Amino acid sequence: MNSNLRWKAIFIAVVVVLCIYGLVGLPDFPTSWATVKSNFGSRIRLGLDLQGGTHLIIQVQVNEAVRQEADQVVLGLARQLRDKNIASDQPLRVSDTQVKVSNLSQDRVSDFRTIQTENFPGWDISPAPGESNGYLLTMRQSLIASIVQTTMDKAVETIRRRVDQLGLTEPFVAPYGQGENEIIVEMPGEGDPVRARSVIQTGGQLELRLVQDPVPYPNEAAALQAHSGILPPGTELIPGKGSPSPTGTPTGESWYVVDRTPIVTGRDLRSAAPRRSTTRPPYWEVEFHLSTEAAARFGPWTEQNMGRPMATVLDHREELVATINGRIEDSGVIEGQFSQEEANDLALVLGSGALPASIKYLAESTVGPSLGADSIRHGIQASITSLVVVLIFMVVYYRSSGVNAVVALLLNLVILMAALAYFGAVLTLPGIAGVILTIGMGVDSNVLIFERIREELRGGKAPVSAVDLGFKRAFLTIIDTHVTTVVSAFFLFLFGTGPVKGFAISLTIGLIANLFTSVYVSRLIFDWHLGRAPRQAELSI
Amino acid sequence: MEFFGQANIKWMEKAKYFFALSGFLLLIGFTAMFRNGGLTYGIDFKGGTLVTVRFAQPPNVDSIRHDLEAQGLGQSTIQSIHDVTNPNSNEIVIGLEEKGQGEDALDAGKTTIIKALSQSFPSGEPGKKDFNSESITTKDIADYLVGKDPLSLGLTAGSRYTQIAQQIVAYRTGKRIITDMGDLGNSGAPPQVVAAMRAGFYPGPFAIGGAEIVGPKVGAELRRQAVLVTLYALAGMLVYIAIRFEWIYGVAAVVAVFHDVLITLGLFSLFHQYFEISLTVIAALLTLVGYSMNDTIVIFDRVRENNRLMRREPLAEIVNRSINQTLSRTILTSGLTFLTVAVLFVMGGPALRSFSFALVIGIVVGTYSSFGIAAPLVVGWNNFRGGRGSKVAVSSGSAAGIKPGTAKRVPA
Repeated sequence: MNSNLRWKAIFIAVVVVLCIYGLVGLPDFPTSWATVKSNFGSRIRLGLDLQGGTHLIIQVQVNEAVRQEADQVVLGLARQLRDKNIASDQPLRVSDTQVKVSNLSQDRVSDFRTIQTENFPGWDISPAPGESNGYLLTMRQSLIASIVQTTMDKAVETIRRRVDQLGLTEPFVAPYGQGENEIIVEMPGEGDPVRARSVIQTGGQLELRLVQDPVPYPNEAAALQAHSGILPPGTELIPGKGSPSPTGTPTGESWYVVDRTPIVTGRDLRSAAPRRSTTRPPYWEVEFHLSTEAAARFGPWTEQNMGRPMATVLDHREELVATINGRIEDSGVIEGQFSQEEANDLALVLGSGALPASIKYLAESTVGPSLGADSIRHGIQASITSLVVVLIFMVVYYRSSGVNAVVALLLNLVILMAALAYFGAVLTLPGIAGVILTIGMGVDSNVLIFERIREELRGGKAPVSAVDLGFKRAFLTIIDTHVTTVVSAFFLFLFGTGPVKGFAISLTIGLIANLFTSVYVSRLIFDWHLGRAPRQAELSI
Repeated sequence: MEFFGQANIKWMEKAKYFFALSGFLLLIGFTAMFRNGGLTYGIDFKGGTLVTVRFAQPPNVDSIRHDLEAQGLGQSTIQSIHDVTNPNSNEIVIGLEEKGQGEDALDAGKTTIIKALSQSFPSGEPGKKDFNSESITTKDIADYLVGKDPLSLGLTAGSRYTQIAQQIVAYRTGKRIITDMGDLGNSGAPPQVVAAMRAGFYPGPFAIGGAEIVGPKVGAELRRQAVLVTLYALAGMLVYIAIRFEWIYGVAAVVAVFHDVLITLGLFSLFHQYFEISLTVIAALLTLVGYSMNDTIVIFDRVRENNRLMRREPLAEIVNRSINQTLSRTILTSGLTFLTVAVLFVMGGPALRSFSFALVIGIVVGTYSSFGIAAPLVVGWNNFRGGRGSKVAVSSGSAAGIKPGTAKRVPA
């Protein structure tokens, strides 16, 4: 064999092996047919319409968060005006994004403006319409946008934590749609939407509790032993993350003895944000704010328990233990050797105790497992039937060259499935339809080439030159036809929901793989065949 | 084997038949749309509730509809699902319109349906749970068994009962609805477990296979998005073709594609009792837009090539020849793709029926629109602007325009 051909053949063989490995070789190396099947099952992720489950579309009422910010500004502004002795009416919130101050004393207007620029930079001042001494503070778009973004992020994080409590495999929570502040929650295997909704609505308890024992225990038994079988009154055992041992390796789950009553709960936490450490430069820390009422409790308590460890407990699991380093009133800092990402995560946890705004359900869908199994069955039957029909036709119509097309088509499908597995793409029922369409449209490339070859042969060209011209002349047309369909699929992917996205993905990957198989692989097979055949032999096409 | 080796059909002369056919199809389509008061949307576009219910006995659809109405649900649509591969499935789909109660009571429709069904099919045994209910999951069964401990496994019960629960649920999934708790023995569960299950559960008369509820907001948003996607995709393709060919070819191709979509939508309206327009149907429409473009491009590609080779000939002749040369490929590809979507239509199951219907029609119409509508449009425009026999310069994006008047002399 021509050495050029040999390298090409090896390349294709490597691709095939990689694909097959990606489909059935992971995670356990297959030693039996059962392992092959289970590997394949785990590699291909099935959409909700195929495996059954619930999906919810939730809208976060972000205007509540915006309104809260305006309320805070009203309080802050009132305090400022009082402190600086500026006479005016009480500041009032007149809309979600506007605060009005009426009857401001005329000679203090410049002081008022200073207050605004110093304390409320995200707002604009303008005269209140219809009032000679009134001023309107309006929230800037940039501030509104940032509040909306933070609220959405917190909502997604909180809902994700709560959904995790259901113990499902691979729940999916993400922002959804085009700017209407919607979140999609997909829960494969969850058959009861009522339960799912109640978990999302409630749940999520954040508490700060005093840790009684300075050291965590590896399991419950050890903790009980240390206290001779009975825990001290007013305490309980909770599990938590393992803290790194002195050698630096995490130890797995640990158990803590903590106070039963929390000193502060999620309701009292107004905000938490990460920032660079001022005292220990390369590290980050988390700053948090409590409500005034909680601060009144927290202050004396922290003073009383100075130097002792305090645990952040989320849904009865310990998240973090920090030492109380000083009296904390309404704002405090959690210091540790946090990287930016760790500080970010911690801030999210602290803030995720409660949903930042209320939520509304916009859509809900449940697919029972038998409905899903039905769909899988239909999809597979249709795929196999259409594949067989197309393959038989190609062989009958194009004879040996038809076999060429068969090989290319099968390889196309293998690459498509392997790509889906490698990208972790989700296979839905329309996705299976996309695979079937790939079969139909993919074979078009082969038809284009073969018809061109036939034409050249009819025109009197020798087989080698006919094949060469066939591929060359058809190539541009093949590119054109693939591009238009991929353009459609691309827009479908951008705008579509889950099942439609699956369709767009299968079709696009299928057509791209088709370029490879129908041009490169097909050509190789022809060249190999012609290389072996005697000079004047006819091409079977 | 070869079907169309040496075709020699005068396509441009036959164009009028294709235009007549299209005119007819568009007319019946629009009439149907007019009579229906617009397009028939699926639940994801118009909102509402759809519940799939599975019965132990073949259900009396009329009496169910009557019972639902008695509950004050007003107009409900009930369809029996005809599953070719599972003829005794006793499955129906109950549909309720979006009543506009807003999202606070999103699942009000579904709970009312379940209540109505429970009243129409009363059953229940005191102290027992409905085994066929969707809210009984593997975990619930496992927890129950651990509590009852019928196999006396003691503390190590957890994983064994979870495994048995999985078998039981798999069996329920396969059978779809259990009519006798004793049947659970077929799932491989030991008899003591079956007895325990019988003590705690009864086989309800119906099972909810799935439900879909869409509020009004999502529906409206999705409609808006669907229109946007279609427009963007068409624009993208127009740009691509304008780059590859002259603008008139782009316009002709887009007109042909528009015509394909309109005919398909019209036929959907004609058969509106069986098919509805959902997001997956939009996906099918966009696919067929791409497919029809393909077809047209193949012909235009050949026209461009022949233009270079056959400079003396009138455009109509060049186009005829190009179509004849590509006829084999066109019929074959359309035929094969048609076969695959026909298989999908028959065997793809009820979820994909509307989708595959759109493709079945789309492929046929999309194929003939390339040589029956788009090509004649190009030739017609050329004749209108340039007079008979002149050629349209087809170039890749250059500014060369339509040359009116005389044929070019071939350089010696």
